[in-house]
Amino acid sequence: MRGVRFTFPDGSEALRGVDFTIHHGESVGLVGANGAGKSSILLHLAGVYLASEGEVRVGDWPVSRSTLVEVRRRVGLVFQDPDDQLFMPTVFQDVAFGPANQHLPPPEIEQRVGEALAHVGAEHLGQRPSHRLSGGERRAVALATVLALHPDILLLDEPSAGLDPMTRRRLIRWLGSFEHTRIVASHDLDLVLDSCERTLVLAAGRIIADGPTWSLLTDAALLERAGLELPLRLQGSPVTPHR
Amino acid sequence: MTPIDRAISHLHSLDASARLDSPLGRLDARAKVLVTLGFLVTVASFGRHQLLQPLPLVILLSAGWALSEIPVRSLGFRLAIASPVAVLIGMWNPLFEPEPMLRLGSMVVSAGWVSFLSILERFLLGMAAVLLLIGSTGVDAVAAALGRLGVPRVLVTQLLLLYRYVFVLAAEVERMLRAHSLRAPNRPRPELRTVRSMLGELLLRSLARAERVHAAMLCRGFAGELRAVTPLRLGLGDALFVLAGLGFLALVRLADLPRAIGNLLR
Repeated sequence: MRGVRFTFPDGSEALRGVDFTIHHGESVGLVGANGAGKSSILLHLAGVYLASEGEVRVGDWPVSRSTLVEVRRRVGLVFQDPDDQLFMPTVFQDVAFGPANQHLPPPEIEQRVGEALAHVGAEHLGQRPSHRLSGGERRAVALATVLALHPDILLLDEPSAGLDPMTRRRLIRWLGSFEHTRIVASHDLDLVLDSCERTLVLAAGRIIADGPTWSLLTDAALLERAGLELPLRLQGSPVTPHR
Repeated sequence: MTPIDRAISHLHSLDASARLDSPLGRLDARAKVLVTLGFLVTVASFGRHQLLQPLPLVILLSAGWALSEIPVRSLGFRLAIASPVAVLIGMWNPLFEPEPMLRLGSMVVSAGWVSFLSILERFLLGMAAVLLLIGSTGVDAVAAALGRLGVPRVLVTQLLLLYRYVFVLAAEVERMLRAHSLRAPNRPRPELRTVRSMLGELLLRSLARAERVHAAMLCRGFAGELRAVTPLRLGLGDALFVLAGLGFLALVRLADLPRAIGNLLR
């Protein structure tokens, strides 16, 4: 992204000049308070929003109306609310939706769906209706719908919101095993600490820090400026366990 | 459980029955859609004073219901929920058509009552057939079949999305009503003024959600058409089912079976 600004139709500014470059294979955390611009950045990278000013490039492609098909072939965006992502009647059909739109032959679609569901541990959910899944299952299937597209870049918006601790832990392990580029927007700083080598800290539509996750997320003053606080594991526990 | 909760769980159970592995469930969705359409056309084609002629259709329905292995109790319950609509439509007929038409022993039945019963009968038959179709096939397979049978893609897409999001919308209404009842415990139902703003809020939320869903679809390469991947395969069994079903419907429509049976018995 180069000098990207974005203004909503109502006049409120979501991004006020955002610059960064992410290289292939990097895992990057996007952190910041509510309304800092995390989701807006992800939506720009997927071409859902088009920059009012500045340039967004994905690989060799500038993101514009004419390149949307190419851009979206490379980028997979997992939405914050899985209900927005899962719109087909059954899990199988939902995961098959993207590959079917790529006009792949049916055996290949089936194979991709099987692989994607197996990847997130949801093979058994194939024939279930999407609206009858638990929160964790929904999240897993939403991830599978994007994995089935074989994206080069994976964008995740608040992936751990509403997950129980075990499911969240599985997600962190899984994020570590994904070898392509991934960008994770989250308030869950411990998740970012565990799964991202690099972090961008956002405040009021600008990037105020960009560097190795460990050094940024241990800087209490910086985090406070961004409306955040230290990751929970780095905060002294007020409860001393009895021995 | 609130009425919305109950409605949702009924929809869920209808959905669950579609996954039963029954003889009717295994048939191709297109075959079932065709026979159901034939059934509805046949039911609708009877005149409003033909009370007995459509009755043999019950045989076809019962056979279908037995083959579907769906509990009959659930059918009765759903028909009971829907029947007030038919009662409301037909209830004025006895007033409009007071002339006598039938004599049952010493009782004279007017034409209005006959047409009222006929509306109710045809409504229940049609409703049962549609419930049987959905219950043995599932909304998604019915939509896929409609698409293959030439129904415009836009309609099929709308049907699928409507079915998917009716659950989300209902859950949203449910949460709003719960929030209302927790903050206004002395009022079982929200006031008209509150309902108005709730509806407005619901519309705005739905629009926002529609935008997000559309974005999610675009991100996965949506180009205006939901590509169905439900495998549909017509076999010999399906062809026989369609032939037998439509044949029986034609027989019921063209020959007056109840009268023929009556003549035989005489």
